[in-house]
Amino acid sequence: MAYPPEVKKLIQNVERTRAERIAAKQAGKEFPAMTLDERKQMLEHHPDYKEEGRRELVAGPSKGYRIAHEYCDILEAYSRYDPDDIDLDTIQYATDVLVIGGGGAGTAAALLAEEQGAKVLIATKLRHGDANTMMAEGGIQAATKVGADSPYFHYLDVLGGGHFVNDPELVYTLVTEAPDIIAWLEDLGCMLSKFPDGRMKTMHGGGTCRKRMHYAADITGAEIMRTIRDEARNRPGSITLLEFCPAVDLLLNEHGHCEGAVLFNLDTHEYYIVRAKATVIATGGSGRLHTQGFMCTNHYGATGDGLTMAYRAGIPVRFLHTIQYHPTGAVFPEQAEGLLITEKVRGAGAHILNVDGRQFVYEREPRDVEAAAIIRECTLVGKGVPTPAGKWGAWLDSPMIEILSGPGTVQREFPGKYILFKRYGIEIDKEPMLIYPTLHYQNGGLFYDNKGKTSVPGLFVAGEVGGGVHGENRLMGNSLLDVLVFGRIAGRTAAAYSQSDYKAGKLHLEHVRKYNGELKAAGIPPSKVAPMLLPDYSNPAVRKRQLTTDYHGTLRE
Amino acid sequence: MNDTQALKITVNEPLVPIFIMGKRYLIPSSLTIQKALEYAGYQLVRGVGCRGGICGACGTVYRIPKDHTIKVGLACQTVVERDMRIAVLPFFPANRKAYNLRQVLPEPDIFARFYPEIMRCMGCNTCTKSCPMDISTMEYISAAIRGDIEKAATLSFDCVMCGLCTARCPGELGQYNIGILARRLYGRYIARKATHVHEMVERVAQGRYEEDLRRLMAAPGEELKTIYTRREVEPELSQDFWEPKSPEHL
Repeated sequence: MAYPPEVKKLIQNVERTRAERIAAKQAGKEFPAMTLDERKQMLEHHPDYKEEGRRELVAGPSKGYRIAHEYCDILEAYSRYDPDDIDLDTIQYATDVLVIGGGGAGTAAALLAEEQGAKVLIATKLRHGDANTMMAEGGIQAATKVGADSPYFHYLDVLGGGHFVNDPELVYTLVTEAPDIIAWLEDLGCMLSKFPDGRMKTMHGGGTCRKRMHYAADITGAEIMRTIRDEARNRPGSITLLEFCPAVDLLLNEHGHCEGAVLFNLDTHEYYIVRAKATVIATGGSGRLHTQGFMCTNHYGATGDGLTMAYRAGIPVRFLHTIQYHPTGAVFPEQAEGLLITEKVRGAGAHILNVDGRQFVYEREPRDVEAAAIIRECTLVGKGVPTPAGKWGAWLDSPMIEILSGPGTVQREFPGKYILFKRYGIEIDKEPMLIYPTLHYQNGGLFYDNKGKTSVPGLFVAGEVGGGVHGENRLMGNSLLDVLVFGRIAGRTAAAYSQSDYKAGKLHLEHVRKYNGELKAAGIPPSKVAPMLLPDYSNPAVRKRQLTTDYHGTLRE
Repeated sequence: MNDTQALKITVNEPLVPIFIMGKRYLIPSSLTIQKALEYAGYQLVRGVGCRGGICGACGTVYRIPKDHTIKVGLACQTVVERDMRIAVLPFFPANRKAYNLRQVLPEPDIFARFYPEIMRCMGCNTCTKSCPMDISTMEYISAAIRGDIEKAATLSFDCVMCGLCTARCPGELGQYNIGILARRLYGRYIARKATHVHEMVERVAQGRYEEDLRRLMAAPGEELKTIYTRREVEPELSQDFWEPKSPEHL
C-alpha cells in the first residue's frame, strides 16, 4: 500500500524545501515556539473546546462537571447485572490485595505489595500485559543526569505542560521518585538504551527543558512491560493472575471500606466475587471510547472501566475535561491508522509540514498545542495533505533525521516503525509519513493522593485511570513514569493497609443500587450499561442477520 | 476516524474471499486480518490486544493458494490476500521456569540448566520462519546454547512473545521465554551500570532538592509561569556532556 502517485507528487513539495530547512536547523534556527498567550489562543482549535461535544454530568460525585459525551455515557450508566442477583455470601476468591488491571501500574503495584508480604490477585480484562503500557514508545522521563538536570527542572516542565493546574504534591512525588524508578528498572534487568560506558541515553520530549527521556530503542513501554510482567510471573506462589476477568463493580462493607470486587469472566460469562482486604484500581485509559469520533492509539480494552466503578463507589473525577490527542498518529495507510508515531521522531529533528512543504508550527510544542495547530492547519487554514481515503494529514519529515544524524539512523532508532511502514511499501528514511492527531491519553481521572489513597478506605488508584499529576496535559515520557511511581506507591500503601487498617465487614452493593436509582430518577435509559468492557466494532450488515443474538451493551451474549 | 468508520470507507472497495478456519467470507481488500474477522462478524475477545503490532496477542498462521508453505503474521498488521486461509493462535502453552533474578548468576550454562530442552534444537530454522517480527530466532537460541547471553539478548530484543515459534518447534523449545531470560540477565548483570542514576537517587534521598521544590510548589501562578518561561532549555543538538549556564537548582 505504498503512496499512490497523486500523493507522491505532493511529497515533491517536501523534498523541494528540505535542504533549506535542514540548513536552518543546523544553524540553530527553529520555527519560533509559541508564547504562553499564543499557546492559549491555539488551544481554542483543540477538540476539548468544542462545546457540542460535551455535556454536564447529571449524577454522582462530580455532578455538574462538563465533560465529553463519551465520558458522561460511561459514568451515567447502570450496572451490567442486577445487584439482587449477586450472591455475596459465596466468595470465589479471597486475597490480601486485589489489583484490577494488568498493565504497568497494576503490575508495579502487585510487585511492591507482594514484597511487603501481601498475597496478591491481579484481575485483568485481556491478557496480562495487554495494556497501553505495552504500546508506549518514546520513553520515560527522569532527572538522572547529575550536573545537567534535577527534579526541580522536571517539576517545572510537568507544570508547564499541565497548564500550571497540576496537583503539586502528586508532581513532587512523580519527579522525586523518578530517578529511583530508573534504578529499579536497571535492577530488574530492563534493557534501557545506554552508551558503552553505561551512561543512560536520553532525549528531549515535547515541552522538556532537559534531555531526560530514557528509552529502550523505540519500544520503551514494551520493554518495561515485558520486564515487570516477567518478574510478576516469577512469584507464582504469591501473585495469582486471573486473565479475561474484568471487574464490573467494587464491593463495599458496612464500615464504608472497599473490600473487593465483582468480576465477569469474559470466556464463560460467569460473575465472581473477590473478597480483598485492599483493592487497587489500575484500569488504564479510555481511548476506545473514540471521543468525538477520533481514531485512537490505545489497546482494545481501554474503555475507562475503573472510572465507572470508582465513580459509583463515590470517588470524584478531575481533569477529565481535557483528553490528550497525540499530535502524530499515522493517517496512511488505512491499516496503520491511529497508530502512534512517537514524539521522538520530532525530538530527532523531523519537521511537521503542510501540503506546501512548509512549517506552520514548532515541532516540539506540548502535545495539546501541537495537536491543535495541526487540526487548525488542516481544517481552518485548509493546507492539509489529502489522503486517498478522504482524510487530511500533515507531513512528518522523517528523512531529515537521516541527513541530520547520518544514514541508518532512522532504521536504528525507530526499528519498530521502520518495519511496520516497510511492510506497507513505505521507507520512512526516504519518504515522509502522513500524520494527524489521534486520541491518545486520559489526562485526568479518579481523585487520589500522593499515597495512592482515595476517599474510600481500602481503595487505591494508580496509573492512567487517576487524575491530577498531569494537570490538563501530560508531557511525553511522564506516563510510563506515572504508572511505575504511583503503581509502586499504591502497592505499598495497599499492602500496609491490608496488614493494619483493614476492617473486615459484610460485603454489599448498596452504592450500586443507590446509583442505579439516581440514574433512573435522572431519566437515563435502561439500555445504558457500564463498564463498557469492549468497544463495538460490529458490522451493521452482520447484526441485521443476527436474529436471535443479544448484545448487553457492546458485548455479544 | 475510528475502527467502525473504517467500515464506511470500505463500502466501495473490491471484496476478496478469505477462509477463516476453513470458512469462506468476502472481505474488503484493504482490511487487516483482525479487521476482517470483525467485518465477518466475529466479536474478538481472544487474539486481540494492542492492535498495533507489539503485544503478541494475535499471532496468525496462514497459507495462500497453490503454495504449500505456512506463512505467519500478526493479525492486526497483516492485510488480507485473495483466498488466504487463516487461523489465529491466541495462546500456546510454553514451558517457563520461575526464577529469582537477584539470586541467579549470568553463567553460560544457565539456559541449558533452566531449559534442558534447548539441546533438542535441531537447527531446522522453523522458529525463524515462524516469527512475525523477522527475528533470527534460531540464531539467538544458538547463542543461548553457547551461553552468549549478550547476543541472545540483543538478537531477541524485538520479540513480542506471540508464541508462534514455540507452537511450531519440533524440539518443543519455548524460545520466547529463553529470550526474555537472556534479556533480563543482560540488563542486570552484563550491561554496564549507570552510576549517575544512583548518584541522583542519593541526592534526592538526602533532600538536596527539597527546599527548591517546596518553594516552587508554594509559588503563586504568575511567579511560577515566569520561572518556567525563563528556564534554560538544553539545545536540540547538544551532546551528552552538556551543562547549563547556571549551576543553580542542580
